Amino acid sequence: MKKQLFALLFALVPVTAMAAVGPSVPYSMDPDLDDKASLQNGMKLYVNYCMGCHSLEHQRFARAAEDLDIPQELVEENLIFSSDLAFNDQMHIAMSEEDGEAWFGAPPPDLTLESRLRGTDWIYSYLLSFYKDPSTGTGVNNAVFPLVAMPNVLEPLQGVQEKVCAETDQPVDGAELDPLTGKYQSCETLQITQPGEMEPEEFEEAVYDLTNFLAYVGEPSKLQAQSLGPKVLIFIFIFGVISYLLKREYWRDVH
Amino acid sequence: MGNPNKVKAERGVMRWVDDRFPATQMWQDHMAKYYAPKNFNFWYFFGSLALLVLVNQILTGVWLTMSYNPSAEGAFASVEYIMRDVEYGWLIRYMHSTGATAFFVVVYLHMFRGLLYGSYKAPRELVWIFGMAIYLALMAEAFMGYLLPWGQMSYWGAQVIISLFSAIPVIGPDLTQWIRGDFLISGITLNRFFALHVVALPIVILALVVLHIIALHEVGSNNPDGIDIKKKKDESGKPLDGIPFHPYYTVKDLVGVAVFLFVFCVVIFYFPEGGGYFLEKPNFEPADPLKTPDHIAPVWYFTPFYAILRAITFSLFGLDAKFLGVICMGAAIAVLFVLPWLDRSPVRSMRYKGWMSKTMLALFAISFVILGVLGVLPVTEGRTILSQVCTVIYFAFFLLMPFYTRLEKTKPVPERVTG
Repeated sequence: MKKQLFALLFALVPVTAMAAVGPSVPYSMDPDLDDKASLQNGMKLYVNYCMGCHSLEHQRFARAAEDLDIPQELVEENLIFSSDLAFNDQMHIAMSEEDGEAWFGAPPPDLTLESRLRGTDWIYSYLLSFYKDPSTGTGVNNAVFPLVAMPNVLEPLQGVQEKVCAETDQPVDGAELDPLTGKYQSCETLQITQPGEMEPEEFEEAVYDLTNFLAYVGEPSKLQAQSLGPKVLIFIFIFGVISYLLKREYWRDVH
Repeated sequence: MGNPNKVKAERGVMRWVDDRFPATQMWQDHMAKYYAPKNFNFWYFFGSLALLVLVNQILTGVWLTMSYNPSAEGAFASVEYIMRDVEYGWLIRYMHSTGATAFFVVVYLHMFRGLLYGSYKAPRELVWIFGMAIYLALMAEAFMGYLLPWGQMSYWGAQVIISLFSAIPVIGPDLTQWIRGDFLISGITLNRFFALHVVALPIVILALVVLHIIALHEVGSNNPDGIDIKKKKDESGKPLDGIPFHPYYTVKDLVGVAVFLFVFCVVIFYFPEGGGYFLEKPNFEPADPLKTPDHIAPVWYFTPFYAILRAITFSLFGLDAKFLGVICMGAAIAVLFVLPWLDRSPVRSMRYKGWMSKTMLALFAISFVILGVLGVLPVTEGRTILSQVCTVIYFAFFLLMPFYTRLEKTKPVPERVTG
């Protein structure tokens, strides 16, 4: 009976590992909120490439400027395009939900909490996984989000990516590792076939910055938590030591 | 006139107060002259910690209420407003959300202590029952609070739980509609849950906590040996194995408070989402009645009971599986209320009970944890069988208790506490 129980327990392990729903997320990224240059570049990219359609309803320009060390004049001159928006406003978009629905089938979602909803690995992988697919309405498809209605907005920077049969370092579902090269053979490999304005490494860095910015937008209070946390913990630690000494002193006469 | 035997201060302001209100008397009854056994161990920290978390929830809750907007249109945005625009709003909100998890952690450990040392046995049956009532109210409080952020998991989690009532024959569908106040979960449901969460249930919980403590101080605290310390007293009538709660346990509990706060703050500052278990990822998307999430899981503290609900996959006696599941889930909590009358052992503490009690308690604790894990995972065939096995163990622990506690050989209980 006990053995069967253990067998059942172990039978759970592999299933748990694959519990995630949807296509796998090929790349991972670690947000770095201390890298202000990256966050500033990310905000610039977001405002220029994403904010035509995707609002950040809960993020204020002013708060981003303060947290990212961008002077107010720079924000007002370069990052606020609409005359309806002021420095203290949230990052609204001009496009109406009705237009979004008419043009894309569904209004483009607000992205304030995207990094907390789907995770930064997902955003990073998604932005790198567009490929040419003439069968879709936009002419592109996405390996992480199949048949997504969004066109590859970053294509001028990235170039045209296509699905090819090639060797890859990334593990591939159903493909076996070649023991000689240490690589996988897959016809699902994405490769740049027409270069864009950026080299592939440059582009990956740009997407990192963009994702990093969204990680910041998802939880700006993380910056405050990082600076306040150690102080609080040190205080509690000292309080703990003092209360332990106090307890020891009082309990001397308990036998 | 009052009771002439009451302890009163000699003079000054306290004397003036004592002539009108039994302040000094109460202080002595519940703190300075409340004799607690001197051998409390690790497991005895969680009562005072539960009180601390309750205060935390009430204070942070009051401040959250100042900026929260209880409407379907504004709730989600107002939570983000608190997180971003309210000074230290993020800290208050994380203290509250992490506090909910912490509350259940300390309460589960506190209840396990009761099982371990027989703290529910006579004469402490009412202490246990008041405690169980607190636990029940706490579950309702947490469930209703979870709807308030109005995220996808708030909405669909509530949808799943409320729909359980529809399994009740005859009145089910009308009952769910009465609970929701609408044909589906809507702003009306949100408003009534808000009222219950911030007004009604906190009052109930506070009243029950008072009853819990009054009942406890009437009969005195149990201890890891399960010995009645009032049986051995010195000439002045003080229990030989007892020490005044204040200052001994107040200073000792301060150490527990420090350790607890340290862990609590590490979570608040560095892991407020608790890996998606304290704040579930789909809850960062506003509630959408037209879009069901791929996988709906309750928050971790409900998952053992959710797993029991899902373990019932068969119909019996003409009752369908869903209704049986609801009955089992209800019974899993209800059976705890009658625990004092299920335990027929002559001893209180697990230290002096036989091997059967020890094995059953260990199996019970393990299956409770396994059920908790199963409750967050999607259903598979293997998991259903495992959850059925654990459900059987869960109920066997209680239903077989009258037999194994009477049959087994217990060890002799010492006269005095063993430290």
